[in-house]
Amino acid sequence: MTQLIIIGIYLLLLLGLGLLASRLFRGTSKDYMLASHSIGPFLLLMSLFGTTMTAFALVGSTGEAFKEGIGVYGMLASSSGIIHSLCFFVLGVKLWSLGRRYGYTTQIQYFRDRLESDRIGLLLFPILVGLVIPYLLIGVMASGTVINGVTEGAFTDTFAAHDYGIPKWLGSLVICGVVLVYVFFGGMRGTAWANTFQTIVFMILGVVTFFVISSKLGGLEAASQAVLEKHPSKLMRTITPKERETYQTSLKKWQAKAVAAYSAKNGLKRDLTAEEKQKALIAQDDRVAAAGVKLFDSNGKALSLSAFPKSNAWPKKAFDKFGSKVGHPNELLVPGDPTKGKKWTRKKALGVYKAKSWAPDEPHTLSKLKFLTYLLVPLSVGMFPHLFQHWLTARSASSFKLAVVAHPIFIMIVWVPCVLVGVWATSAVIDGRPLIASHFPPNAVLVKMVKDMTGPLLGGFLTAGILAAIMSSLDSQFLCIGTMFTNDIVVHYGGKDRFSERQKVLLARGFIVAIVAVTYGFSLLEPRRVFTLGVWCFSGFSSMFPLIFASLYWRRLTKAGAYASILAAIVSWVVLFWQSKFGLNPHYDVLGMMPVATMVASSTAALVLVSLVTRPPSEKALRRVFGPPGG
Amino acid sequence: MKFVVCGLVVLLLVIHQDNWFWDNSHLVFGFMPIGLLYHAGISLAAGATWFLATKFAWPTDLEVSASDDAQGGDSA
Repeated sequence: MTQLIIIGIYLLLLLGLGLLASRLFRGTSKDYMLASHSIGPFLLLMSLFGTTMTAFALVGSTGEAFKEGIGVYGMLASSSGIIHSLCFFVLGVKLWSLGRRYGYTTQIQYFRDRLESDRIGLLLFPILVGLVIPYLLIGVMASGTVINGVTEGAFTDTFAAHDYGIPKWLGSLVICGVVLVYVFFGGMRGTAWANTFQTIVFMILGVVTFFVISSKLGGLEAASQAVLEKHPSKLMRTITPKERETYQTSLKKWQAKAVAAYSAKNGLKRDLTAEEKQKALIAQDDRVAAAGVKLFDSNGKALSLSAFPKSNAWPKKAFDKFGSKVGHPNELLVPGDPTKGKKWTRKKALGVYKAKSWAPDEPHTLSKLKFLTYLLVPLSVGMFPHLFQHWLTARSASSFKLAVVAHPIFIMIVWVPCVLVGVWATSAVIDGRPLIASHFPPNAVLVKMVKDMTGPLLGGFLTAGILAAIMSSLDSQFLCIGTMFTNDIVVHYGGKDRFSERQKVLLARGFIVAIVAVTYGFSLLEPRRVFTLGVWCFSGFSSMFPLIFASLYWRRLTKAGAYASILAAIVSWVVLFWQSKFGLNPHYDVLGMMPVATMVASSTAALVLVSLVTRPPSEKALRRVFGPPGG
Repeated sequence: MKFVVCGLVVLLLVIHQDNWFWDNSHLVFGFMPIGLLYHAGISLAAGATWFLATKFAWPTDLEVSASDDAQGGDSA
């Protein structure tokens, strides 16, 4: 309950901050959407950093490090330190200057002018909003998971189906509500203030979490040494022969168990055929092979289990097996006998079932080519609509300097502890038992570490820090989609003078609520790995990086070239996302490379080829971007 | 100096691909995996490079005065 109270107080503080910012609101839509270009270097740094570091950075990086090891830092953190600042430097400052001169608030307004195409907005608007939705989803999903995980056992009778904690759906709903309120009242100024406050909170608490957890694990050295002994592969990017051998041994044991269970169930006392054996493995891993589905490839080799979807019946099987142990996590499993431990949560029952029944997790080597092509993923910041809007809030071009320099260092301060905590989680032991079993949901690793290794008071503060990181991205994304709808659709097509300033703000708020409702609906569906979903979302934005870059630095870019580039980007994104089973396969690649490489190559090729064979843009349009200031 | 800054950014991108630490699990100071320490160093080096960029390659011609504000667009 202590954690719940602290989280509640923190959320109230945020609401207060939004209301305070609203007292400075000047009543105009420009003030609501761009804080009247009043944001100085420090606020700009904190709001840009807070916006780019979302659930992806804290919850996602810890979970991914738990699954894949330290390589995750190079894949996205150190590369982002180089690429993000590069985007701020080569795109942000220039777009800010154009925005100030020509009154742009959104990317679409800029592209309409640069490409002399009104309809480019109709193509870009649904794509940008469509790509922001999965980004929002990351935050909404993660907030529910975090709140539910940390409040387990907070209630005595209610929410039994949610381990006596706040249900995920309610946690996500509350977070959406709080962010909506402070965005509504505070607009961009409230968002920048809240981002700054929350960034400070999550950076400080992140470092505190790191030291508290390391101390509980016996110190920095002991925590890392345990990993070196048990899972050395997590400390590098290949698999050691010993770990591969361990995996093969456990896989063989598991296969024997699957075959025995299948034989017993079907009354077979002979050796199984290859088909029966494959069916046995599918059943043991709680997967389904629909009638008529091939179990073997064209060479007669058994298909990987990941080719078959998980059955929906496995949670029931888990509760049939371990249901008698499930109850309030503060009650003893055997009354009067504390040595037997406390009752299990439903999550624990599911986790133990998975660890005992499902195939062991196969360790993965990180491919060098995949690592190289990961460099393209952070290019997404060049096309994030919410970052474009943040860039335009800057008071002056030199306000960007601090953000350009400090961004990589801030990333390091946040990501290094998260990655280490994720890696330590693979080998952490409490009371002689592993803290986290195999198949543990990666999104919940950080929360589990915080909950099990800190007291209620500190746990509450640390949770507030995690939520701060999540909300500091949600707010900017909420605001930007409202801004885009108002400026690019309503005002653009309805006429500049048709709506009062108050009506414009109301329209922005209405659209925000609609999009948040849609995103919230999606969050109630089956969750994906935060990291995987994030990479897909970022890849979509990265695939449009060639367009924004060429629009600023290549005079020969034409309207047709831009259309071709956007279509190539989005078609390749949709096809590859579909092939990855809508993000369910976290190891999906294209010729050994990240899918983003194919997307960027397609959009660049379409942009260059079509631009070269179509009519160049007019001098007037080019003068706006390439001419001297005021020209 | 602008070329030096550009060269440093390219160098950062090249050394980011640290094939030499791919299969090294050595713990520096007893707790820090060498691959992670190396990439944390890249983050610091990026900060230093961008500092040089703001000193020697900053586009001063892009500064906008208040009188240049919003000459067009259909912003709300």
